[in-house]
Amino acid sequence: MDRHSLMCQLLDRFQKGLPLCAKPYAAMADELGVSEAEVLSCLAGLADSGVLSRIGPVFEHRRAGASTLAALAIAPAELDQVAALVSAHPAVNHNYAREHRYNLWFVVTGCDRAAIDSALADIATLAGQTPLDLPMLESFHIDLAFALDHAAIALSQPSHRAEVRACLP
Amino acid sequence: MSSSTCPYDAALAERLVALSEGGLPLVANPWAWLAEQLKVSEEQVIALLQAMQQQGALRRVAAVPNHYRLGYLFNGMTVWDVADEHAHALGEQLAQLPNVSHCYLRPRHLPQWPYNLFAMLHAKSRAELDNQRAELAALLGPACQRSDMLVSSRILKKTGLRTRRPATSEGDSHAAS
Repeated sequence: MDRHSLMCQLLDRFQKGLPLCAKPYAAMADELGVSEAEVLSCLAGLADSGVLSRIGPVFEHRRAGASTLAALAIAPAELDQVAALVSAHPAVNHNYAREHRYNLWFVVTGCDRAAIDSALADIATLAGQTPLDLPMLESFHIDLAFALDHAAIALSQPSHRAEVRACLP
Repeated sequence: MSSSTCPYDAALAERLVALSEGGLPLVANPWAWLAEQLKVSEEQVIALLQAMQQQGALRRVAAVPNHYRLGYLFNGMTVWDVADEHAHALGEQLAQLPNVSHCYLRPRHLPQWPYNLFAMLHAKSRAELDNQRAELAALLGPACQRSDMLVSSRILKKTGLRTRRPATSEGDSHAAS
């Protein structure tokens, strides 16, 4: 198998999960008919290029604590300033500007719901408005085959890779 | 779903989470590495991961791709107002679509926020994002009263996953919520 096909196969399969057995990479190498060393070196290449953010456990955070998706409607001229204040709050761990009247969207996490309420109250004070509080009620199962056909295309096009790099901050 | 047929040591699990949530080292036997750090046997690590998975605390141990680096620079949070009694079935259908990375039911907040179904889309262009949204709208049909799509213009903070490099991944947007 050439390196590019191996990359796509590994991304595709490992995205769905490593087997929880001794030597998981050797097990995957056997399945793909390559050596364990090739699997590890290919994954290292993907990690170095930034295509893999990490290999590791994906925990169900909902069981480990509480979280909510919150939003604020900020005057465009004040967005940067308020966003910086919100990002600085230790309970905030994702913060996105989005094109909408509600233009600042962030995730608030805490050990329990009281911790979330307290963080939302802090943010209400610094933003001068009560954030929308939209905790998850149900999560629908996602087919993890997401995007990988396209990913293969992106990986196979060096010009596109350069373009992506150029867009990165 | 969380039948506790195989209880695990919560304190050990907490240490494992702290140690591994930022990622595992890329070595042939990552369980042996975890075992050494936690001062338990490799078999205990595997048994703990299996027990956590059975009880729903661990979804999987996996390679987490950075969709942004794969060229998916456009991220749209689509939001839909669907009848509560159909929301579960419709959410399951949206989650099956290939470009949807997250799909959640959330409360409305009337009058300012009428939407209860959220589906995150990823695309390489704004036009592609609009097409994907239209596919979702066609699937929902008259079950959806109104909808919107909030395109992300900037990622301002992302520390939830404690990735080792300062890369950003739109694919994980609002994953923890």
